[in-house]
Amino acid sequence: MRRTNLMFSPASFLATCMTILATMLAAGPLAASPATSSAAGDRADAPTVAIVGARLETVSHGTIDAGTVVLARGRIAALGRNATVPPGARVIDGRGLTVTPGFFAAASNLMVAEVNLLTPTRDDGSGENLSAGFDVQYGINPASIGVPVARLSGVTHAAITPLVGRISIGEHEGDETALQGAGEGGEFQPALFAGQAAIVRLAHGDVQPLVRARSAVALDLGEAGADNAGGSRGAELVLVRAALADARHLAANRAGDRTGARAYGLPRIDLEALIPVVQGRTPLLIRASRASDIRQALALAREEKVRIILEGAEEGWLAAREIAGARVPVLLDPQADLPRAFESLGARLDNAARLQSAGVLIAIKGGRNFNSLRPMRLNAGIAVAYGLTHDQALAAITLNPARIWGLEGRIGSLEAGKDADIVVWNGDPLENLSDPVALFIGGIEQPMSSRRTQLRDRYLKPDDGLPPAYH
Amino acid sequence: MRRHTRFRLTLSLGAVLICGCAAAPVSPDAAQKGDGTAANGGTAAKSKAEVVLPRVLDPQLNLDPYPSSYRPLPRRRAAIVGATVLTGTGRQIEDGVVVMDEGKVVAVGDASTPVPADAQRIDARGQWVTPGLIDVHSHLGVYPSPGVSSRQDGNEMTDPNTAGVWAEHSVWPQDPAFQRARAGGVTTLQVLPGSANLFGGRSVTLKNVPAVTARAMKFPGAPYSLKMACGENPKRVYGGKGRLPSTPMGNVFAYRKAWLDASEYAHKWAVYRAKIAGGEKADPPKRDLTLDTLAGVRAGEILIQNYCYRADEMAMMIDIAHEFDLRIAAFHHANEAYKIGPLLAQQGICSAIWAERSGTKMEAFDGIGENAALLHRAGACVVIHSDDTDIIQRLNQEAAIALGAGLRAGIDISRAEAIGWITSNAARVLGVDDRTGSLEAGKAADVVLWNRDPFSVYALAERVFIDGALVYDRHDPRYQPRSDFELGQPAGGDFHP
Repeated sequence: MRRTNLMFSPASFLATCMTILATMLAAGPLAASPATSSAAGDRADAPTVAIVGARLETVSHGTIDAGTVVLARGRIAALGRNATVPPGARVIDGRGLTVTPGFFAAASNLMVAEVNLLTPTRDDGSGENLSAGFDVQYGINPASIGVPVARLSGVTHAAITPLVGRISIGEHEGDETALQGAGEGGEFQPALFAGQAAIVRLAHGDVQPLVRARSAVALDLGEAGADNAGGSRGAELVLVRAALADARHLAANRAGDRTGARAYGLPRIDLEALIPVVQGRTPLLIRASRASDIRQALALAREEKVRIILEGAEEGWLAAREIAGARVPVLLDPQADLPRAFESLGARLDNAARLQSAGVLIAIKGGRNFNSLRPMRLNAGIAVAYGLTHDQALAAITLNPARIWGLEGRIGSLEAGKDADIVVWNGDPLENLSDPVALFIGGIEQPMSSRRTQLRDRYLKPDDGLPPAYH
Repeated sequence: MRRHTRFRLTLSLGAVLICGCAAAPVSPDAAQKGDGTAANGGTAAKSKAEVVLPRVLDPQLNLDPYPSSYRPLPRRRAAIVGATVLTGTGRQIEDGVVVMDEGKVVAVGDASTPVPADAQRIDARGQWVTPGLIDVHSHLGVYPSPGVSSRQDGNEMTDPNTAGVWAEHSVWPQDPAFQRARAGGVTTLQVLPGSANLFGGRSVTLKNVPAVTARAMKFPGAPYSLKMACGENPKRVYGGKGRLPSTPMGNVFAYRKAWLDASEYAHKWAVYRAKIAGGEKADPPKRDLTLDTLAGVRAGEILIQNYCYRADEMAMMIDIAHEFDLRIAAFHHANEAYKIGPLLAQQGICSAIWAERSGTKMEAFDGIGENAALLHRAGACVVIHSDDTDIIQRLNQEAAIALGAGLRAGIDISRAEAIGWITSNAARVLGVDDRTGSLEAGKAADVVLWNRDPFSVYALAERVFIDGALVYDRHDPRYQPRSDFELGQPAGGDFHP
């Protein structure tokens, strides 16, 4: 790969200042909403880079076999077969390489979990004191060693989605973590809702990785949800609907402080988090597997007039038309083909393809844990083997999750004006033997190293008589 | 998995009493009774000298009380023609021919290899052929799907040493995961007890055929293995109960104590046998099922499969093995094996590993994707394993990810070599490499036909043969067996289009 040195482009400086000013002016209303804006967008310090002659997987507008993409001021400035390379741009010879948008991990615990079995390193469980009010954003640690690992698998954004309860240790070794509700002899009442999700960006050195806080309130239906509610689905859905009614009541009566007139089922702190849900501003992220549970989720959305995102949906193919008709997106794992529980007896490998062909907006998940985000692109490849097209699978790890999480205006595809969050691959990005050779986030080139590559390099060196600790 | 009911197994040997047993040959009749009542028979009452040591009380007299009842499925003479063949012995043959007859591979070679006229000719142009895949670390059947509380049967978590339990007695053969693993090309798998205990018990090696009993899946003649565990799990489980071990030094103390007990047990039996052989009177030692397994390991009849993540702990286990003259077949989950590649190569110990899993627990913290490649470069034996119901369906993908990491680090490994990580090397770990794991004349016709390069993410197993019998065909529902459990369920046991 031939590279020229970075050159600063003074011509763009004025425009950048204007944009920053505009952003500051807009900050008032933004600050009042739950959405939090990160440092993304125009940045004067981002170099101008042109990747020339690469295969461009735009996701939104098909594939350009040999095209040029220009990054400037942290955005995609131009792309196309014959896009002009600005003078002074650093040019990357992209022949033989493939450019994709950065991948978006649609549901993970990145930045809030370090070692699964070490509870002090886990901040993705709501704990015993909060339910919907639990807010995962406060546990975010951008210095997590999982961040470079995830980035080196092509991930530039992740949704951090909370779980109910406390992290505990599974007894079977393969069962590395199990979340425990109270159950028999439990010490606390488990939460009904898992709490509020957040979206992060994985830029190196970014101490403010939060792109959006309170992006959803997570809720388990099915077996886990029933357990959270004391043992059965009938209990849970009554409690959930009552909580939503309470949130409406609280919203309507907050001004007059007449809340004492009604006994709420959940603490006020949890109901506050549900107010944007009942107002349709924040979706419920509903984990459900069984077809009947999925239908209950759809009914809940319809009757309570709330927006929902489905996660899991192993039996989604049995209700594909209903899900599509309700315009409910689905986060799924294309490897799920086992009857892991009585609620997922119908799991099938073509769930993704069947939902896609029914018109459902799908996002393909990797593992939840940072140590297995790598399978996200493996999963996309497997979904292709079982019926998705390559383009559909790529969209399911880029533009679709961006849409589902409300960020499609900024990321998820190679389009002029979008953030310069791109990955350069040495082959088919879904293939096992391909790797990223360069990553840009906000137009800034990312280091291609992680704690794991440092360990590798230390033990890759020939023995020179000194212990590895000197290497 | 939220709650687990724990059962305490009490082995009642109270009925088995031996009084004044004298030297006497073992009578097959007594063995038939097998309950220690032979001594009370009419003839025995006449003369004490004729009292026979009931066969079940001698650990050497029936080393295989639950023998395999596996029978190969119907098969015919067949030849796979035109595929790219990875033999598992380091060869890649373009436009190859694999001939199967009577359940064996009878010929492997290039296009000039003769195909018997009466053989079914399978046109496999554009496709790839590999040996059947072997997973050396699985809990299928003992932690089955669905993972309900009443089927958490892989860890006898009642004592740090349960070397006397056998995984085959927990295997539920209707586990639907067997069908999925077969569709992923897995023809042989080792089902292990879990890693809660220092000595978890005996594993069982299975042929991945649908069966009604576990015995009908047992790989005929495969040696038993003993599952051992280093590290965090045993000390967490038992330390948490206020019991030994609660530290690695407690682990090592308990290993050494158990091996001493086993040495003493073997010695007592040797003394007893020597006395009997010399015509002396002797009381037989009391048979102990736990010590039977450990003594079997000492005698080299039972292999050691040692769960061990950390390099320093692996080195420690090697030291213990030397102290007691033991041989470790493989370290499983050996995330840090790359740190001691030359030692493992020199000791001839395989490392059974994931491609890149790391960070699940503190002892897994230093896992890297280049583990396999670094070990391979050091000349050590590499095996890619699953310990997982998803990865077992995609061992080829797992191997490919490990291969890719090696290529990225500049370690050039061919597909022909890497396929050995999930075939021939795995067979070696299980002690069945003389029977399966590679496509060579005389080996079992355990064969997978892939729709493309098996290291591609898009690769799917098209047909799977075990002992020459077609056991799975992606395009023919007659060869897509279903577990009893899945009948009448939403997908009826169909898990792919």
